Amino acid sequence: MNVAIMRLFGAVVLLFLILVAWTSRWSVFEAQALRDNPLDKRPLFAALRVKRGAIRAADGTVLARSVRARRGDIWERDYPTGSLFGHPVGYANLIQGQLSGLERSRNDELSGTTSELNSIIDQLQGKRRAGNTVVTTLDPDAQRVATEQLSGQKGAIVALDPRSGAVKVLVSSPGYDPNVVRDQDKLAALNQDNANAPLFDRVTQGAYPPGSTFKVVTAAAALDSGEVTPDAPVLDGNTPRIVSGVPLRNDDGVSRGQIDLTEALTYSVNTAFAQLGERLGKPTMDDYMRRFGFYERPPLDYPKDQMVASGERGANGRLIPVTSPQVDVGRMAIGQDKLAVTPLQMAMVASAVANGGKLMKPHLTDKVVDPDGRTVKTVEPEEHSRPISEQTAAQLTQMMGRVVEEGTGTAVQLPGIDVAGKTGTAETNPAQDVTQPWFIAFAPADDPQIAIAVTVENTQNGFGGTVAAPMAREVLTSLLDG
Amino acid sequence: MSARNRELLGLIPASLLVTAGFAAVFIERGSVSQNQLSDLSLTYGAVFLGLCLAAHVFLRIALPYADPYLFPLVAVLACFGLVMIYRIDDTLARQQAQWFVVGLLLFAATVLFLRDYRKLEQYRYLIAAGSLVLLCLPRLPVIGAQVNGAYLGIRIPGVMVFQPTEFAKLGIVVFLASYLRDTRQVLVIGARRVLGVTIPPLKHFGPLLVIWGMAMLLLVVIRDLGSSLMFFGAFLALLYVATNRLSFVVIGLLLFAVGGWYLGTHVPHVMDRVDVWMDPLNPQRYPSEGFQIANSLFAQADGGLFGRGFGGAMLTTPFDKPLLPAAQTDLVYALIVNEVGLAGALAVLATYLLFVQRGFKVALLARDSFSTLLAVGLSAVFALQVFVIVGGVTNVIPLTGVTLPFISYGGSSILANFVLLALLLLVSDRARRPDERGAKALASPRAGARRARTRSALR
Repeated sequence: MNVAIMRLFGAVVLLFLILVAWTSRWSVFEAQALRDNPLDKRPLFAALRVKRGAIRAADGTVLARSVRARRGDIWERDYPTGSLFGHPVGYANLIQGQLSGLERSRNDELSGTTSELNSIIDQLQGKRRAGNTVVTTLDPDAQRVATEQLSGQKGAIVALDPRSGAVKVLVSSPGYDPNVVRDQDKLAALNQDNANAPLFDRVTQGAYPPGSTFKVVTAAAALDSGEVTPDAPVLDGNTPRIVSGVPLRNDDGVSRGQIDLTEALTYSVNTAFAQLGERLGKPTMDDYMRRFGFYERPPLDYPKDQMVASGERGANGRLIPVTSPQVDVGRMAIGQDKLAVTPLQMAMVASAVANGGKLMKPHLTDKVVDPDGRTVKTVEPEEHSRPISEQTAAQLTQMMGRVVEEGTGTAVQLPGIDVAGKTGTAETNPAQDVTQPWFIAFAPADDPQIAIAVTVENTQNGFGGTVAAPMAREVLTSLLDG
Repeated sequence: MSARNRELLGLIPASLLVTAGFAAVFIERGSVSQNQLSDLSLTYGAVFLGLCLAAHVFLRIALPYADPYLFPLVAVLACFGLVMIYRIDDTLARQQAQWFVVGLLLFAATVLFLRDYRKLEQYRYLIAAGSLVLLCLPRLPVIGAQVNGAYLGIRIPGVMVFQPTEFAKLGIVVFLASYLRDTRQVLVIGARRVLGVTIPPLKHFGPLLVIWGMAMLLLVVIRDLGSSLMFFGAFLALLYVATNRLSFVVIGLLLFAVGGWYLGTHVPHVMDRVDVWMDPLNPQRYPSEGFQIANSLFAQADGGLFGRGFGGAMLTTPFDKPLLPAAQTDLVYALIVNEVGLAGALAVLATYLLFVQRGFKVALLARDSFSTLLAVGLSAVFALQVFVIVGGVTNVIPLTGVTLPFISYGGSSILANFVLLALLLLVSDRARRPDERGAKALASPRAGARRARTRSALR
């Protein structure tokens, strides 16, 4: 019987080896696939049990925080400032797996997954894992002023510090209250409200014709490439002018004769700029637009799919390069044609001019602080590109100063502070006098601290100088006083 | 070194394990409520170790020659199980500790009253019949308890749900060992060879067919593939060792496969189990039948190589719904993988394998056929029980409600397995007794021990 017993033991060993193999299979070899299985709620429950970090404004105001849920051993999100910061902060609805805004782009920091090494030590000390706090660059007072200025009209205001790229104001109107998003029915209602599109972030997703504000880009290309100088009267300012076979008129209907670039910008002379665009040519315009950040998603610390790139867009909505035969470069030079530009992109243009030709990467996050108050990450100012030379920037600053002093942007004048700016009034439906007013600016002109872009959708015959410029003035006042 | 001293040394790992385990659970809990770290909880560990020592002293006196490793291995498993259950629920751990006390008493009683375990042979038909009745009791109304569609328990109000399979497995092994001792020769000698396959004479093969029928009946009656596999597997193991004919095993396995296939495709309850087994992560079945096995696999994946540590596994949802159902009984192995990882689980499996190895060693040393077959049967049924539940939890076979010996929470399991241990030690003691005079030395174990020492000194 002894041989049989030995063989039987061999069979038992074999059975146990099968157990070892299968245990290894689930716990090691196929573990990742199992952990990623949506049926497994462990990762979600673990995330719900972690106190997600807060999101704060630059002055410490709490924009998002975690509070104990009424039901269950979990945390849920509370947004004390309600709809004021709905767009930049976004919302986190972990149970449904819905995240947006900073809640999404800074999810790793907020959920505490980045501090795995600390967590072992913390566990031994009896601490529960907690997420890090994200301190933003946002200014609550200015954000409030900007929201009030738009007063529910569809539009966007974005302001940033041109020296660092720190975003101070990000308002998309109408906004939404991230506190109600927890309710799936209300979220669906917000999603289906196509007339107002409250969840749509107009600052980063709204692609509008920039109108005459784009002349800053054209002027920058003209000066920087050496095509013209600010005060050489080489441009024909008469109206109308045939551009691509169709007559183009100046908005004020005034024929100005031979003018220089400064006058052309101050009075936003369409014919002069269309001519300039044609003289510069498509490749040069394409080059300078890309230098300013067109044709790529803005480098903002914001979810990628909540941002769109600016540029010429074809009939199907796809980006097309300036060099495409579909592009009318004369009309593009005055911000019409098929240009679709985000307010953030125009703020970046103003910011690059303000910062001596250096475009800084825009960012919403200032720093990340762990639950013990230690700063674990600081977002340092980072150069994105140098679209134009310092000299070109200085010349443009002077010209944009003239726009505010005596041109189309006088409404933005501030007592004791020089503002440099450019108005824009895009025609979105000329037959019914529906326009999209714009204003981009920076101040103080001699030592720029803030760059801003303002736009309002579909106004009845509103102009950049009368609708958008006053809004910009209030926001600038708030930011420069503070 | 004498067997008993080796046994005493073997208890050191168990004591280390219980101390370290409780400490780990306390550290994990310290965060939640410092006050719960009471002296009372620590006393459990001490009391438990005291019990192990008491049992050891008892063995020194009653079974001085018994295998020195079986008991320490059981102590390690029991300590580990207690820590695991303490981590799930203090109250359950207290009850489990109480069951250990009762189990040890039953262990002592078995050793004392079945000193000559060969008496069991005289009652073999009574034992077999009793075991069958026990197995069928859960189907009776009122006292029967249905768990997950299987009839595995008898309700004893206020005390426990008694699980007859745990005791029936012992009875059936005793019966088979005794029956095969008588018939093993005739099964082989009377056999004819047909097409190269040894066919035993029908007269003696009949009873074995009855046992196959019984295993199939078990599938239908208690609706439990696991128990059925356990009994039939033990039967085949004994048949093989008794006759040394692999063909019998092959025929048996084929018969079982045919029966299993028929039931697996025709009995709705078994069909469900098989469906879940084939596709454990099916989203349609996940909320119902598939929930247990899917979460067993998720828990193991969550554990990984080294686990999340005692107290690190997620047993309930944040809304206090169970996430790992029956974590203290059926799925305790999944919890082990979750908390101590693949590494810890392998250690547990190795401990079981060592126990089985010692069991087979006892069988090899035994001096008569009944003792050999009894030790083989007990070891095989123990190994199969581990295979059935761990295999179920890891989806090697369909998941069924069998306990993990000495680790799972549950009175019946602990009591029955302590009897199993007692029987193995009894066989072992008789087998390793120095010589026949040793039988006389029983009256004075000291003399026997002295002789044993002299003998080992001579080697």
